[in-house]
This record gives sequence, structure tokens and C-alpha cells, in this order.
Amino acid sequence: MSALLSVQDIHTYYGDSYVLQGLSLEIEKGEALGVLGRNGMGKTTMINSIMGFVPPRRGHITFQGNDITQMTSYEISSLGIGLCPQGRRVFPTLSVRENLIVAEQTHTSSRWNVDAVYELFPRLGERRDQRAGSLSGGEQQMLAIGRALMTNPECLILDEPSEGLAPLIIQNLGEAIRSLKDEGLSILLVEQNTPFAIKTVDRVTVIGKGTVVYDASPQELWANEEIKQTHLGIG
Amino acid sequence: MISLSLSNVIELSFNSLSYAALLFLLASGLSLIFGVMRIVNLAHAAIFLFAGYIALEFYNIIDGTTSIMPRLMQLIAWGIVYFAWTGLSRISTEARACISLLLAYVVLEILSTLLFGVRLYEYLFPTIAVKSVQKINFFMLSAAIAAAVVMVALGGMFIERFFLRRFGQDTLAQVLVTIGFAFILQDGSLYTWGGDNFIFEKPWPLNASTVIGGISFPQYRAFMIIVAVVVAIVLFFGIERTRLGAIMRATVDDPEMARGVGINTNIVSMSIFAIGALLAAIGGVVGGAFFGVYPGVDFEILPYAFAVVFIGGLGSFAGAVVGSIVVGFMENFGTALFPELSYFALVAPMAIILAVKPTGLFGKG
Repeated sequence: MSALLSVQDIHTYYGDSYVLQGLSLEIEKGEALGVLGRNGMGKTTMINSIMGFVPPRRGHITFQGNDITQMTSYEISSLGIGLCPQGRRVFPTLSVRENLIVAEQTHTSSRWNVDAVYELFPRLGERRDQRAGSLSGGEQQMLAIGRALMTNPECLILDEPSEGLAPLIIQNLGEAIRSLKDEGLSILLVEQNTPFAIKTVDRVTVIGKGTVVYDASPQELWANEEIKQTHLGIG
Repeated sequence: MISLSLSNVIELSFNSLSYAALLFLLASGLSLIFGVMRIVNLAHAAIFLFAGYIALEFYNIIDGTTSIMPRLMQLIAWGIVYFAWTGLSRISTEARACISLLLAYVVLEILSTLLFGVRLYEYLFPTIAVKSVQKINFFMLSAAIAAAVVMVALGGMFIERFFLRRFGQDTLAQVLVTIGFAFILQDGSLYTWGGDNFIFEKPWPLNASTVIGGISFPQYRAFMIIVAVVVAIVLFFGIERTRLGAIMRATVDDPEMARGVGINTNIVSMSIFAIGALLAAIGGVVGGAFFGVYPGVDFEILPYAFAVVFIGGLGSFAGAVVGSIVVGFMENFGTALFPELSYFALVAPMAIILAVKPTGLFGKG
């Protein structure tokens, strides 16, 4: 069976700086993959390449058999990749409800709409008319996930959802993400918070210097002191 | 200084409001395009002028005083040019296709003039004599206005799609392209319609005045205020209360992220430019019936539109409303009180406001 999302040997540059140096990874349908690695190793660049914000100079990205390497971001989004970006990037002057409806893409069997998002995150429903810029960090994170879900994606990309949040809120987010996984949504979770990622995903990939250095189950990674020390800074 | 009686003040206030209404129609489009796309559209006032001419032309066509034959000939000529260009650019580069087409045209022009005495450019760019309209009825005028407004909005989309989009956020290129279009529209209008001042004969009930307490209120000025209020309400609800408006605001907040959640920001930009042109066109037709349509009216009114936008704050809807009213009152009262200093009466308060708050009254950072 071919993978849902497949990144094949991509090379991405920011101007002259060579960030992704031949990175490859694959996600099967219904799988939750965690991508770990220290700061500046190219995790967010990989996501920017997948989403078409910074297309790779070489290599291919395919999604459900379509080559999306050179597509525009909105085409990639409409094919079924939902992005919850680093730093959340909610639209600050829009209300909570407006943040959700601008992303709405309905397909024939759509799971997500505004009410379904309010059901997953009741806090958003309580604050539906509040400006997104005035929400707390945790609420903005819920909104960013909700907004990505409104595109009714096949694959959800989460870039550092735990960044800057209190432990209790991270725990609630983890539960929400696991419930999405249990519904069969494919998830690509990029994290620096290794314990959080390991509790959430089925498989982990570690990125170092723009390429994949390690690929295993969460339990194997947790047992591997060398990788944890050199690439994740734990131990 | 001249002292004013109460009736003078009421009359001047009414005139100020109606002038503010016209300025709002012009400035809101300018402000919208800048607020969303960060483009200073210097062709905005030329679009305002052009819309007046197009409305006159449509009126004459509907009225039957103008033959549509020259226009048909022109469309066919432009069609031939377009297909020749696409055909040539497929077998060579676009630049080479342009140059060869231009050379072919020059040779054809010379040959046809020398051999047959036919000037090709008269078919490509026919001049047209717009007759002063004698009788006019409300329905025909409305139809002409609607046709002109739609056509100008489509023209705005064309300018955005094929010219401005190539330059992204390059400010110098944007200024050069938009001022280039301002000159093309101005001189094209001058060539096509000549330099006469055309007046729309206003149909009933717009040609009368109402007298209340000895003060005369021209109904056309009241009509201008009503149009501006209706446009302001539609614009406000369209932008603040609908999904499409939210999509536009999302594009302003974070264009890249907007694309990332599936918003086609190219279509958003094109629509915004078209709406801006549409607002200028409504202003052009309404103002054309007020000032008359003549070459130069655009550059006369452009400084006022910019004054509105600077005072109110670039990209702010509330700023466009308040700025128009401020400028409308300053212009009318300034002219009445200090006739020798009317421009000073407009620009001095603007300088003070900008000195205190450089982003304008409602401008964001």
C-alpha cells in the first residue's frame, strides 16, 4: 500500500542557507507520526515545504498519489492537508467563529463544521464572538487546531502545539489529539516536547541537520539513550 | 473674514455633507485597495473619470444617438491583435512577439495610408462624438450607470491580474504601473471623447430643489448622500458580517496562513481591486452628473481623496467615513470663510492631524 503523504529526498533553501538536505519520510493512512529534533534542525521548514510556503528545490512530495511539490498552498489545503502552524497564527482581528468559517471546506462526507469544533473544544464555543487576538495561548492553540479541522483534512499537521503552554493545557490538548487519531485521522506531529509527543504518536522520526537520523516506535526511542542525548538533548 | 448667517451655515453644511458623500465613494475604494493589498492606486481617480465617460457612452448607445458600429469594429480589431499576439508568443518569446507585432502594425499602417488612404488607427482607436443628451429618463440612466460600473470593475480585475500581480509588493513598480494607467485612461479619454465638458441632464426627481424655510436644498445633492450612505452600509456589512468579508480580513491579517487554510488569495486580491474600481466608478458616474465629465476632473479631485485617506487613516473604513466628512466640511466652509485660502484651509488641518497622529485618525500602526 502506498503512503498517504510521502516526502521523497527534498532539498529546501532559505535564500542561500541549505536547510533540508535530502529529507524523506512517509505517513500511512490513519497513522500518527511524531517528528522530533532540536531547534533549527529543519522541522518547521519541512512543514513549510509540504504546505508549499517554501517549495523544495529538488525532490518530490506526494499526497494520495498526487504530486504536490509545486502546487500553491491553497491547492494543497484543498486536497486534504490541514495545517496548525507553529506560533498558532490565528487571524487576530477576526472573531473565533470567523477564524473557523474562513477555513471551511465541505466535501461530501464532511466530519467537521463549526458546531463539531465547539463540541471538541467547548471553550471556543463560549468565546465565539471574541477577537482571536485577545484569546489566551491555549485557546488560540485550540482555535488553530479547530481551524485546520474545518478544512476537513485527511492529514492533520501540528507544528509544536505544546509550545508556550501550561502543563495542564498540554495534557488536555494531548487528549484532544489522541481522540482525533482514534477517529482515524492521520497526524503529523512536530514537537520539541519529546515526552508529550511520545505519549501521543504511533511512530517517531528524529531529524538532525536537515535529514532523518532515526526512525522507530516511541518505546524504542525512549529506551535509546544515545539518540535522546545527541539529538533531543534529554537524559 | 466673512460672517455667516444661520441659513448660510445650514446650506453650507448640507453642501459639505453631499461633497463628503462623493469623497467617500472615491476614498473608500482607495483605502480598501491600500488596506488589503498595500497598493497605492494612483489610477483610482482616472478610473473615476473613465467611468463617467463609459456611462455617457452607454447612455448614448441605449438612447440610440450613437452608432455601436465603431465600437464593434474596435472589438474585432483588438480581437485580431490578441489572437495574433498569443499565436506569435507560442512560437517565440513574448517580448519578441510584441516587437514583431508592433513592426507589422507600423508597416501595415504606412502601406494602407500610402496605397489606399485608409488610416488603420482610426479603426483601432475610433473617436466618438458624444452628443449632449436632451431628454433623459431615470430607467435609461440607471441602466447606463449599471453597465458602466460593471465594465469598469471588470477593467479593474484585468489591471490587477495582468499587471499588478506580477510585481507583488514592489512599491515603485506599483506606483509606475498605476500612474501609467492613469495617463493611458486620461489621454485615451481625451482622444476618444475630446476635451468638452459633458453634462448629464439629470432626470426627474433629481433635477429639482426642495425649499424648506427659505433655504434651497438641491435634490441631486440629497441623492448623492443617499447613494454614499447605502454604499457605506453595504460595504460595512459585506466586510464585517459576511464570510467573504472575513476571508478578505483573514487575507489582510496573514496572507500566507490564509493560503494555508485553503483561501485562494489571488482571487481575493483581484476581487478587492475590482470592488475598489467599482466604488470609483459609482463615484465617477454620480460625481460626473454633479461636476460634469471633462479631462482633468480626476487630478482635481485626487488630492482631496488622498487627504481623506490620510486624515482618516489608510485602510480604515471608519477613517474613510470620518475623513470624508472632515474634508467635505473643511473644503466648503474654508472656501466660504477664507476664499483666498481655501486650499490652505484644507491642508493646514491635515498637516496638524498628521503631526499629532501620523497614521491618521483611525489608522493602525
